[in-house]
Amino acid sequence: MLHTFVVYVEDRPGVLTRVASLFRRLNINIHSVTVGSSERVGLSRITLVCEASAEAGHRILASLYKLENVVEVDDVAKAPAVTRELALIKVRVTPVTRSRIFELAEVFRARIVDLAPESLMIEITGVESKIEGLIEVLNEEENCVTEICRSGKMTMRRGQHTSSVEHAMRVGLANQPQAS
Amino acid sequence: MTKKDTHEHLTTPTRLTGAEIMWATLVGEGVTDVFGYPGGAILPVYDALRKFPIHHVLVRHEQGAAHMADGYSRASGKVGVAVATSGPGATNLVTGIATAMLDSIPIVCITGQVSSKLLGTDAFQEVDITGVTLPVTKHNFLCTKAEEIAPAIRAAFQIATSGRPGPVLVDITKDAQQASTLFDFEAAKPAPYLPHPMLRVEESGLAEAAELILNAKRPVILAGHGVMESGAMEQLRTLAERTETPVAVTLLGIGGFPASHPLNLGMMGMHGEAWVNSAIQEADLLIACGMRFDDRVIGTPSTYAVKAKKIHIEVDPAEINKNIKVDVALVGDLSEVLDQLLPRITKRDGSAWLKTIDASKGAIAVRDIKNLPDSGHLYAAHVIHDLWRITGGNAIVATDVGQHQMWEAQYYHHEQPRTLITSGGLGTMGFALPAAIGAKMACRDKEVWVVAGDGGFQMTAAELSTIVQEKIKINIAIVNNGFLGMVRQWQEFFYERNYESTPMVSPDFVKLADAHGIRAVAVTTRAEVAKAVEDARKHDGPFLINFMVEKEDSVYPMIPAGSALHEMIRRPGQSALVESAED
Repeated sequence: MLHTFVVYVEDRPGVLTRVASLFRRLNINIHSVTVGSSERVGLSRITLVCEASAEAGHRILASLYKLENVVEVDDVAKAPAVTRELALIKVRVTPVTRSRIFELAEVFRARIVDLAPESLMIEITGVESKIEGLIEVLNEEENCVTEICRSGKMTMRRGQHTSSVEHAMRVGLANQPQAS
Repeated sequence: MTKKDTHEHLTTPTRLTGAEIMWATLVGEGVTDVFGYPGGAILPVYDALRKFPIHHVLVRHEQGAAHMADGYSRASGKVGVAVATSGPGATNLVTGIATAMLDSIPIVCITGQVSSKLLGTDAFQEVDITGVTLPVTKHNFLCTKAEEIAPAIRAAFQIATSGRPGPVLVDITKDAQQASTLFDFEAAKPAPYLPHPMLRVEESGLAEAAELILNAKRPVILAGHGVMESGAMEQLRTLAERTETPVAVTLLGIGGFPASHPLNLGMMGMHGEAWVNSAIQEADLLIACGMRFDDRVIGTPSTYAVKAKKIHIEVDPAEINKNIKVDVALVGDLSEVLDQLLPRITKRDGSAWLKTIDASKGAIAVRDIKNLPDSGHLYAAHVIHDLWRITGGNAIVATDVGQHQMWEAQYYHHEQPRTLITSGGLGTMGFALPAAIGAKMACRDKEVWVVAGDGGFQMTAAELSTIVQEKIKINIAIVNNGFLGMVRQWQEFFYERNYESTPMVSPDFVKLADAHGIRAVAVTTRAEVAKAVEDARKHDGPFLINFMVEKEDSVYPMIPAGSALHEMIRRPGQSALVESAED
């Protein structure tokens, strides 16, 4: 099954290697991984997507928590969540095909973010199938795609569910001896 | 600065160099001995050593330093510390670190590193040791500033000893060792340890476990290394005695439950006795305590104890359902979990099941090698048996890896925890001698024996000089069969006796010992074994015995890798060491 792990890690050199190395050691291929700042200073948020059995999911979760720099892990799996991906697509155009590409972009609610005499760049945000749909159409109709850059998935659970990092850190701070 | 100051500045912040901070922090963590080897990138640290009340054991190869730190920890429960320089010094540690990782042994390794401005330039003796050791450490640190050293080392000790223990490496650049900063031991204390968030011991789980235990007809306790790491020997014994449940131990679990206890079945797994593995296969309940269902213990997962419900008490959540699916998982520190479980357990009559197991043992007296006539041959089993008999089962025995290791596990009956020092998970040849040195440094009053094969002994034999330099009393028993015995055994069983690259020429170990100034004898007959062991014990100094044993003896019983536990190769009939009921 497809697992989507949301991992909060300390923002330090080498932490991504430790996370990635865990998957390498288990011989699991990472489909996509995105890393960026989170709502907490000093913590980065990783969304990591991989294919593994349900049992392996438990082991990955437990193993991620064993990494010293990992603060919080959530296996989003099939829980209600919003998943988005950003793609930049560069296409080759001629004066004839340009308007057709504009139309397609419109249909997919994508934006043209760069325009040059012989190429243009499309920015599209959405679920994986939407992005792949646009790429497929571009390839089929015009065979004009020259470059694709995809961000990988970003996932956030729907509703009030929130990261327990804040809670965990509060507990951690409360346990620390008070300065006199 | 005098040695007295080193304790004072643990309470009074003092300005020190990074090198001094390293030692001061170790002193603060209670370290008294370290094992190491100097070199360019760690020289500032060695220069500062004389100011601190720490004894440094100079090893002959850094692998030895890691194994000594490991043996030190296994024998005492304290954290062992190894020190090495950058580059080759650091990479030489790796086998020792991996050995500690696979067996969950808390050690801290400190390596020198090239100056921070040279990092990543392929400078002389530069290697990315935090990268190299990433998969074989619990965690590692790179310190490029003096002020990072104390917090990193203090965190290393916390990480090494907490949860499921393991090795931690701290890499310190040369400029960080040379720079000065304010050393504040108290301020360098790590944040309180947060247990793994998936530890879970629920009321319902405890109740379910208690009910399974009380209703079981054929229960077996599986006791692993966690019994000792958690200090749960007493609770384990109470559980076994109150419920009259037999206990099977893993290789690393040996010593966690007294060998002479009537409920101790012995070692399980690949070279476990037939009755132990049969009891597991026939069981209706397995109570796994601090063990991880390693492949050397279960044979194949699909055929393993299929009739049994399984309770798994384990501190590492990543081990739950990894190899064997369990019915009840109590994820927490073994000793704490048993403290919660035991009040729910009442007395239970287990006599019927114990009788069944007893009957399956067959004629034990026939098996016992002490009752076998002397056929003129010297078998390794004789050596280990006499060693056990003469030392009363109370010596610390460090073994290497291979046939002798299994014979030791079968014939040396350990009564005390932390008395068998052996590399189980990684199976590291060359482990015995350095690990024994570490064990002896930790337990000066204990009798320490090395039991090694002729192959493994030669991997780290250079450490004989370390024994002499340290003037320590260690006895060495080489079980010499002229082969890489366990590999030869596999070639005999599975590769049509194609003894490729297993016959081995060794030096005359007696002369080798003599060259080191170590007293030694060779033993070729069974009649000489006891006297040699006694002489070794009486001798005031290290002693080596070269036991020339049967060349093509094999370890029985044996479960071929990938087979079910009940599909074992039994001891062949009519041999000098025959022992099964059917013979």
